[in-house]
Amino acid sequence: MARKVSTKRKLVMTAIAWTLGLLIFFPILWTVLTSFKSEGDAIASPPVFLFFHWTTENYTEVQSRSDYALHFWNSVIMSVGSTLLGLLIAIPSAWAMAFSPTRRTKDVLMWMLSTKMMPPVGALIPVYLIFRDMGLLDSRIGLVIVLTLINLPIIVWMLYTYFKEIPGEILEAARMDGASLAKEIVYVLTPMAVPGIASTLLLNIILAWNEAFWTLNLTTSKAAPLTTFIASYSSPEGLFYAKLSAASTMAIAPILILGWFSQKQLVRGLTFGAVK
Amino acid sequence: MTLKTILLGAVSALALSGIASAETLTIATVNNGDMIRMQKLTDDFKAKNPGIDLQWVTLEENVLRQRVTTDIATKSGQYDIMTIGIYETPIWGKQGWLAPLDKLTSDAKYDANDLLPPIRSGLTVDGKLYAAPFYGESSMVMYRKDLFDKAGLKMPEKPTWDFIADAARKITDKGSETYGICLRGKAGWGENMAFLTATANSFGARWFDENWKPQFDQPEWKNTLDFYVKLMKDAGPPGASSNGFNENLALFQTGKCGMWIDATVAASFVTNPKESKVADQVGFALAPDNGLGKRGNWLWSWNLAIPAGSKKVEAAEKFIAWATSKDYLNLVAEKDGWANVPPGTRTSLYQNPEYQKAASFAKMTIDSINSADPKHPTVKPVPYEGVQYVAIPEFQGIGTAVGQQFSAALAGQVSVDQALKNAQQLTEREMAKAGYPKK
Amino acid sequence: MATTHTRSAARLMMAPSVILLFAWMIVPLGMTIYFSFLRYNLLMPGMEEFTGFLNYSFFLSDPAFFDALTNTLLLVGGVLAITIIGGIAFALLLDQPIFGQGIVRILVIAPFFVMPTVSALVWKNMFMNPVNGLLAWIARSLGFQPVDFLATIPLLSVIIIVAWQWLPFATLIMLTALQSLDEEQKEAAEMDGAGFVSRFIYIVLPHMARAITVVILIETIFLLSVFAEILVTTNGGPGTQSTNLTYLVYAQALLQFDIGGASAGGIVAVILANIVAIFLVRLIGKNLEA
Repeated sequence: MARKVSTKRKLVMTAIAWTLGLLIFFPILWTVLTSFKSEGDAIASPPVFLFFHWTTENYTEVQSRSDYALHFWNSVIMSVGSTLLGLLIAIPSAWAMAFSPTRRTKDVLMWMLSTKMMPPVGALIPVYLIFRDMGLLDSRIGLVIVLTLINLPIIVWMLYTYFKEIPGEILEAARMDGASLAKEIVYVLTPMAVPGIASTLLLNIILAWNEAFWTLNLTTSKAAPLTTFIASYSSPEGLFYAKLSAASTMAIAPILILGWFSQKQLVRGLTFGAVK
Repeated sequence: MTLKTILLGAVSALALSGIASAETLTIATVNNGDMIRMQKLTDDFKAKNPGIDLQWVTLEENVLRQRVTTDIATKSGQYDIMTIGIYETPIWGKQGWLAPLDKLTSDAKYDANDLLPPIRSGLTVDGKLYAAPFYGESSMVMYRKDLFDKAGLKMPEKPTWDFIADAARKITDKGSETYGICLRGKAGWGENMAFLTATANSFGARWFDENWKPQFDQPEWKNTLDFYVKLMKDAGPPGASSNGFNENLALFQTGKCGMWIDATVAASFVTNPKESKVADQVGFALAPDNGLGKRGNWLWSWNLAIPAGSKKVEAAEKFIAWATSKDYLNLVAEKDGWANVPPGTRTSLYQNPEYQKAASFAKMTIDSINSADPKHPTVKPVPYEGVQYVAIPEFQGIGTAVGQQFSAALAGQVSVDQALKNAQQLTEREMAKAGYPKK
Repeated sequence: MATTHTRSAARLMMAPSVILLFAWMIVPLGMTIYFSFLRYNLLMPGMEEFTGFLNYSFFLSDPAFFDALTNTLLLVGGVLAITIIGGIAFALLLDQPIFGQGIVRILVIAPFFVMPTVSALVWKNMFMNPVNGLLAWIARSLGFQPVDFLATIPLLSVIIIVAWQWLPFATLIMLTALQSLDEEQKEAAEMDGAGFVSRFIYIVLPHMARAITVVILIETIFLLSVFAEILVTTNGGPGTQSTNLTYLVYAQALLQFDIGGASAGGIVAVILANIVAIFLVRLIGKNLEA
């Protein structure tokens, strides 16, 4: 039952949407383009868009200064690891909140979210001291733990809103059939919850990947992720736009690609129960 | 969770197996050009010292300072070698946080007596050297000969502030994006306050009187800040209040500044034809004065130090000896030319005819460094040491907060008088909180 | 319907996350509260002593405190306004039949994947720089004086950067809500001769109320602690023009290494954040009831 739309209107809308879309995207595009310029071209006035001498020397330079693979790998481990661990902890509690709600469920949820409101700098020294004493500084495990904890409220909440969408009657029916709690979760709930879990997973990988405070302050070298890698480019000497762009491109490319490939999934799950 | 644990275990085992055979030194350093060059020359060190591996943590200056300070103050021991400034060294040395470099000072081949006296004395506490200088700097005037010729001006070797201000206004041509003078404006104790404190010294101002009373309510500071703000308004580039060393370097290299008063180390960057569009047009002069007996130049050095309690002192000493030795200077000269060796640490470098020939800025640099006096930085007496800083632990915070006020004055957000009033007030507050005057 | 059995099972299932979060909250919080009553500077070990409420009185009487409070609210409010209005606009646009819809959607959501540090660096250096930045060049070629963003309108510049990062998130949520709006409902309204505006006000907007709530809630949590963008671009300046509470606490903790003062600031920030949270829940909590 698609609405009839005049081609003219569609063309106008297309033009507007593309213009705005490109405008929003432009900073990223410009960064990627600049990363292939020489430092001279990078600050040329008027700016050069496509017709410059393409070079990969910035990437070589960046790579010679820091071990991209190590940082990349650390970023992968900490974002995927913390998300999986977070899901493992959050799924049961979100399930309980959604299907056996009490009067205090809402309060518990709000309390969980409020733990995210403490400015991290305020807690840095206590956490730093605890980490030092437990030998967790500059360790991947320590990083995974911190990221799990800071993203846990979001994970619980997303899953909760998603689980709530699952009609209770289906569970009732399953229970009538004598399904145990475990069976209920595995056979009834999980298939229905997969899209929600998947998008929670994606969103949290993104959040963890981009977390730049704890990752920067609790690591030095062995466990340092890409946020640390970028921290050594925030103001190098002299002309550095092209090198900065190359490093930036390297830092955001993996997550950008993941995001693009999974955007349908992300969109489908990002409802927070908004669809009603 | 078990799967993840196994995964993590496997990964860390993999990572460890690669480096387990060697002793690894973790070195925290700042992302300046000379340090990055050192990082690239690591192979030479490894060849001479088999069994020692190096792991670099290169960070932007402010991030680096936070990381190493947190680390050393909490005795976390994550770094074996730290790059620290001449400001921190005596403070940390007195706290007992650094291992004294006795081996270096007693090593004839290392020749510690060759280190430039002002810098060596700044790094020494009670006769013990606590950090070895990697490069040292003062500040001086860098100017464009072509623009001066065009304007019919001639830069004296020892300019006065009046001459600088006059020349800057004459050279400025905003239509062609030529600005007479580029100066630091970005807030920070090591950014605009380094420049402004040094400048204030030449205007006869001081941070504190002998009783630790802040002096921003005195006319000398008003003169300094008035002069600076007016000059930058007339002859400075747009956006000056967010320009630090790096931003100004980029501006100067692209030919947008007529003059730039900043670190002497910049000289090798602005005269490098690969990086600078104006490489062959740069002249140098001493930092300006007002005839009061102090010039507006500072003294700074980046140094390598070992945290006290480190278990790898021996290997770390070897590395520091390598990186700050005469041989290292030769190594850089061999690879990248004499103009690129880290300057400002050794007397012998400035006596080297090859260096004098390659580095047009050599004489001006050494004269600037030697004329800075951290022990007696100001015209009037002060209770502190340090030219462009006050060597007390509280200074980082206070200096940056005052820098914010002065940066706001430069941006035109507050008046000069208001900025000074705010600076006075916040400094009084912080000093009271810290318990000054002490005894 | 819940039996005691399922209820205790539910408690058990909630236990891990509640306990972990409680520990994560209470341990640092407890230490922070303890530190906040001490004279404790990391750079001067051995001088720790109990000082009562001195740190609090210093933090609260700091002239920068009021600025920071205002800036925090302006920042949160400004970004929320931009992203919600922009998000609805983009969602409406992307909901139209257009050519290459998928690609446009990808373009619009891309900024969400960019690290805050990177986007701040890119905006600061390549766009907002008044000499070499692209915006300055555009201004100049149109014959205008380039705007010195970070010096003259620092807070607005930070708001723009942060809004750019969060616009995609708002757009996505709004879009999903919009797409779930019953096609028939819309058509029926169209048949009734309702114009675009009245359709939007009476049908679309009420339908999106819950999506808007979600955006406000999630974004507020993250926006209250915006930090990297300020650190990279303006350092909280000029003056205190772009200092928010988080940045103020940072200055105490990592510039002055005054752990006592920073702890007091952290506690104040937590209290304020919770006041905001209570307001939020009161204000919009109803929308969250399914």
